[in-house]
This record gives sequence, structure tokens and C-alpha cells, in this order.
Amino acid sequence: MSALKGIRVCDFTGQLAGAAATKWLAAFGAEVIRIEDPTNNGAWDLVRGTPPYVDERRGHDLGGGFNNHNTEKLGITLNLKTARGREILEQIIAKSDLVTENYAAGVLERLGFGYERLKEIRPDIIYVSNCGFGFSGPYRQFKTWGPIVQAVSGLTFMSGLPGREPAGWGFSYMDHTGGQYMAMAILMALFHRKRTGEGQWVDMACCDAALTLNGSALLDYSVNGRTSREAGLPAGNRSVWPAMAPHGIYRTAGEDQWIAIACRDDADWERLAGVIGEEWSGQVRWRTLARRVAAQDVLDALMDGWCAGFDKFALERRLQQAGLAAAAVSDARERIDEDNANDGFDLWPEVEHSAMGKVRVDGLPVRFSRTPQKIRRGGPCLGEHTEKVLGELLGIGAAEVAALRAEGVV
Amino acid sequence: MSALAGIRVIELAHERCAQVGKLLADMGADVIVVEPPEGAAMRRHGPFAGDEPDPERSLSWWHYNTSKRGMVLDWREGEGREALLALLQGADVLVEAEDPGVLACHGLDDAALTGALPRLIHVSVTPFGPDGPRSSDEATDLTLIASGGIAAVCGYDDHSLPPIRPMGGHGFLIGAHYAFMALLTALIERETSGLGQKIDVSLNAAANVTTELASYNWLVAEIPVMRQTGRHCGSVISMPTQYECTDGRYVNTGVPPRTGRQYETILKWFRDLGLDADFPETVFLEMGTQHPVLDLTKVGIDDEITAIYSAAREALAFASSRMTADQFFQSAQRAGLPVGIVYSPDEAFEDEHFRARGMQVTMNQPQLGRPVRYPGAPYAFEKTPWRLASVAPGLGEHTGDVLAEAGITAPGARKGD
Repeated sequence: MSALKGIRVCDFTGQLAGAAATKWLAAFGAEVIRIEDPTNNGAWDLVRGTPPYVDERRGHDLGGGFNNHNTEKLGITLNLKTARGREILEQIIAKSDLVTENYAAGVLERLGFGYERLKEIRPDIIYVSNCGFGFSGPYRQFKTWGPIVQAVSGLTFMSGLPGREPAGWGFSYMDHTGGQYMAMAILMALFHRKRTGEGQWVDMACCDAALTLNGSALLDYSVNGRTSREAGLPAGNRSVWPAMAPHGIYRTAGEDQWIAIACRDDADWERLAGVIGEEWSGQVRWRTLARRVAAQDVLDALMDGWCAGFDKFALERRLQQAGLAAAAVSDARERIDEDNANDGFDLWPEVEHSAMGKVRVDGLPVRFSRTPQKIRRGGPCLGEHTEKVLGELLGIGAAEVAALRAEGVV
Repeated sequence: MSALAGIRVIELAHERCAQVGKLLADMGADVIVVEPPEGAAMRRHGPFAGDEPDPERSLSWWHYNTSKRGMVLDWREGEGREALLALLQGADVLVEAEDPGVLACHGLDDAALTGALPRLIHVSVTPFGPDGPRSSDEATDLTLIASGGIAAVCGYDDHSLPPIRPMGGHGFLIGAHYAFMALLTALIERETSGLGQKIDVSLNAAANVTTELASYNWLVAEIPVMRQTGRHCGSVISMPTQYECTDGRYVNTGVPPRTGRQYETILKWFRDLGLDADFPETVFLEMGTQHPVLDLTKVGIDDEITAIYSAAREALAFASSRMTADQFFQSAQRAGLPVGIVYSPDEAFEDEHFRARGMQVTMNQPQLGRPVRYPGAPYAFEKTPWRLASVAPGLGEHTGDVLAEAGITAPGARKGD
């Protein structure tokens, strides 16, 4: 039986930072009911209708990202500006274990469903909110996107070459990771309620979670008083904690092709020098870590020169056969369609989407020995499951749903 | 009460799973990190307190091992192995990140673990999974970021510069986060079934499904993307979103305005700051207020829409050239514009908002004889708060306590022997 079977989620999450959390729950059998606004076609969730698309069609049911983030969820529409819409929402909340959202702080409360109200409807409700800066603090009204969270928390700063502007992250890392911390919060609150019967609110702020990912740099500051700017960070692709050298991403044959090589210790260097087999690599000066670290500029230039003659995958295999940590810098085609590394995991399952048809999505990088996980149904079209949920969960008949539709409630 | 109170975890010390143990321990689980006699490898990772390379002064160890107890056990040897099995009899969770096959070759195969201990949840974190075609590949944080697709999309517009690995051990952290979610899922299920299970986590797989559009642009439409300076990757070079301010620090201008209301916001902000007269494209901002929603599909096709769209981005760039990064961030956000400042980690740590959120937590550090500030809670629980229970354990600090609790008088002696 699915691990989270029997858990029902009244879900207002969207984008990626929220949707990723309830995607996990749905994959393990929770019933996730996404509530969207019929008056603007669910436009709050920007990725509903944004690229990529499977074909030339466009519209709020055809966003590739939305499908990716909302697999196995049910989707209904409810106009919360109507009394009947609010009443139906109350009935759903009363039958739900969780209310989840990632609006800006206070939006759900302004819709009439703040935590106090949720508790009145269901005393043991678990409410998990996820927003950029959280519900308290001077910036609680500030708004964020993933890249802003990454910038403000120090993560952007820590990515880049010394002396240049930040390279940052080429995607919303903190939307993924914020979604993961939201999922952790949900799961721990569920576990606590399972053991004690007690619900609670978790105020999950993506910026808080992001800041905690800088542990070593923060302790270097708080213990040693050294700021990251003073420490010369970021260090590009070099490894300072722990010290390793050579440690970098080097150009290989072909246009814009690269390989990552990490020489972990002196034994690794001996093996690497053997593979390189050139006059320079045999020099005594490179045999100790301290000397390799001290002369990294020279060493990296030599490594760049040596790697340039190889195909990145051929070199990766050659170094791996020598017991060295190396990996080609892989693009999407190479890692998704041409690499067999993830064969043991259902990593890119194909789902059936009601409008888009069959589409591959991100799966889960985990495998359970006893309980199943499932990502087969695509993200819901707008209001796709309104009849089903209102009928099966609340006993509202088809005729009444039709009337609600005519009145603009659903 | 803590959310994970009463949950006993045995963690075999490894840099690949230290974060899993920390997440458990800071939420109340009793996590015992098991080190070999020479100490965990992470104790030799810098930075070090006072820059003294000493296994008791590694700040990486201090950070990743808060709230845990620590013991020394040479679990690969016969007697140590017996002691580990005895400890696991009283444990709920085993977290480890040994290379594939290592546990089995020391007599700790699935039969001896989840087979013999049906309530045990065994979480195994490996670079490529336990049995895939690349399961015996060597990997580090850097190589996982490369094979997992993250490096390919981080870097600069100038592709003569290499792809960049963001610092911070994210190749391990991503997998650790999935591992923690998985074991919590299994713990909830065990409340009903009474049964544990084995969970395998692949770090390479974890990175591969944590690259947002870099993966799904390919999955959906086979669109290749390229890395770009300080902003999202894309199939074409997009407009910059990162600008240097007058103090040399950078800001991120986020997603540009798209609605008439957002154009009103930016226009009001410009007028309040007196920038509207100097900015050559103010007229296009004014035109933007006339569009309820800007039709972005016409950018690059319709001259007026293109000019309005570009003007918003130009406006943010213009403003960033007239003030410090702090002024830009504070004043734009207070005006209602979602923008960010590129803080270094310590600048974020000292920011008034993070301080008010309790993101500095102080513990007395025995090695220094003074308090040390640690990063605080990643989530604020109302009833079962996150907390730091203790500083990271010294090498073997709790060996005696843990063995005594388990009724083991000496390593190798089982309870009742």
C-alpha cells in the first residue's frame, strides 16, 4: 500500500516552490486537491501556460512546467469571492489533513482562511505556508522568486569565479529546495499528529532554508570573524573545504565541452599523474597537496592543456578506470537520453496528460523496498476534477455542480 | 515535544549523509553518529576554528553534527560489527552513505539489516544507486554537479569561461534532502504497518531532477539550453537580470513587470525617487500602465510591446546605477517590486530580517570556552520547534553512554552475553 494513502491535502500551492512539495505527497499516495481560481484561469500559477510546450498549442492547460510539477494531483476550481465557494472550501478543509500554500504572506488570511479560521473548521489541521521571507520579520511583505531567494541568502554569491560578477544558479534551485523543505515540514507535522493527534502551523520561509545551506561559510564568519568577501570566496571550481587540487572543470575537445575532475588526495594524484604520463605530471613538485594547492594557477593551466585533446566521455571513462573522480559536464540530452547512470530509478517517467498527451517528467531519485511510488497521471487541467471531487468527497450532484458552474462558483 | 522525539538513528559518519543526520537531530531524533577510530573524514575538512587544523576544530564537522551524539566503533571488524548490530536492534533508522557493496562485504547485507530487523528503516545514500551501470564510479560533490546537469547551466554568457559549480556541497545536500523526505515518508507509513524498509537514494539522480527548466525543456520539447550570467539558462541569450550598484555589490532584478499595475508600481517608485525625469524611457513605462496584462508573445514582434517590455528591465538597470545595492533592494521591495540583493552568506546572516527570524542561534562551544552563533531553523514549527540540542560531539564523546544504554559492556559483547 502507498505510504501516504489516506492523507488528504487541500492544496493552494503553485509555481515550483510549493508544487514540488505536494508532488512528493501525491507520488506516495496522498490525495492532493489543488484549488484554483476560475475567474482568471488559475493565472496565479505562472507556469500553467508558459513554455515549454509539446506542440504549437498554447493555453493554461499546456504549460510543460506545470505538468512537471503537478503530477498525480487532482485539480478543482473554486471562486472564493462567492459565499458558496467559501462554503465548499470549508467542507473540503473539514475533510483534509493538511492545508498547504505558497502565496505571499497573508494572502490566504485575506481570503478568509488564515490559520485561526482553519483551526475553527478543523481543530487538528496541519497548515504549512511557504513564502520567501516568512510570516514575520521586517521583510515579511517583500516578494520573491527563486533567484531572489538565492541572491538574498548568499547562495548566488557562492557561485562564481574569483574577481568576476556572481555566476549564480541557472535555474530556481531554491524553488526545488524550498519545495523540499516544505515537504519535510509537512511530513514531520504529519508524523507528530499521527503520534499525538495534534495539528500545527509551520511557517516555512525559502530564504531561511537557503541561509542554512551556507553552514561552513557562516561558521568561518561567526567563529573566525572572516567574511566571505575577505576569504576570497567564491573560489570558482576549486575546493577549499576540503582542500583538493587539481579540482576543476576543464575544457575538452569540441565546442564548449568540459570535464569535472576532483583529485582528492596524494594517492589520487599519483594515479592521475600516471594517466597523464607527461613530463610535467611526473615532477616531484606536484606530489604533495600543499604544493599542488599553492601552485593551482599553473596546475590548472596544465590540466586545461592536457584535457583539451580528449573527448569528455572517453576521458571520463579513462579516469574512472584509474579510480579517479571525474565526470563529463553533461547537458540535458546527454544525461537524460544518453546516460545509463539512472537506469535503476524510474527517473523520467512518462505521464498521461489530458490535453498534452504523453509527456516525460522529473521523477524521484529514491527507491523504496516495500511501498510503491507512482508518477503516471499528468498535472490536472484547470478544473479537471471539479465534478469528481465535489461529487465523491462532498456528495454534490452533477446537476448542482452545473448550477455552480453557471453561477461562476466553479 | 519534538517532532522526532524518541526516534533513534544510527548514522555511519560520511560527508554524503551528514546533512540527513543533522536534519533529524535538530528536530529531536536521538542521532548517534558512528565514527571509525581515526575519526570521520569530515573532521579533517576546513575551515577550522582559529585556522588550527585539528579534528576537534573543524567547522564543517561542527555545522553538520549539531544535536547528535557521537561514538567510536570500528564496525567493519568482527566485534565492532556485532556491537553495531546490537545497536541497530534498538534503532528506528540507519543512515549511511557507504559505497555500494561495502556493508554487504562486512556481513551487513539487506538480510542482516532490514531482513533481520523488520522495523528498521535503512537509508542508503550512494553516488549512482546501489546497482546501476555506473554504481562503482568515483564521485565527489564537483563531479555530481557535473554529471547531474547543474554545472552545464551555471556560469557566464562568455562560454570561454568554464561552467561553474556553486560552492557549498550542494551535490550532497540535494540527495540528503530527498533522503530525509524519504525516511520521513517511511516513518509515517511504519506507524500503520509496523514495518520498516530499505530506501536507496542516488545523488546523481537527485541532482538530475533538481534543475528545473534545464530538464523539462528537454523532456517536453527537446529544447537545449545554455548557461547565462547570474540568471536562468535558456535556449536564447536573455536580457541580464543582475546589475552592479554604485557600491560594487550586485542586485537581482527578478521577473520584470508584466501587468499595468506593476508598471504603475515601477513608475511611482521612479517618481518617488526622482528618477523619472532622467530615465529616457519613462514614456514607455507610462504606456505600460495602459496594458492590463502585457502580451509577452508579441515581444520582438510588436515594436510598442517590445519597447514597453524592455523599458521595465532598463528601468531597473538604470535605478541600480544610481544607488547602492542596499538602497536598491530596500526601496524597490518597499515599493512592491520583487528584487534581491546578492548578499554574501555572512551579510545575510547579519541582516535584520534574518536576525529577527531567529536565524542566529548561540551555543556555548567547549573547545573555545565561549558562545558561537550557528545558523538557525530552516522551518518554524508552531508546536514542535526545531532547536539545536548540543554542539557536535567530540570524537568518541558518547561511546560509553551509548554502549551502556544498549547493555553492551564492551564493543563486541551483546546484551545478556
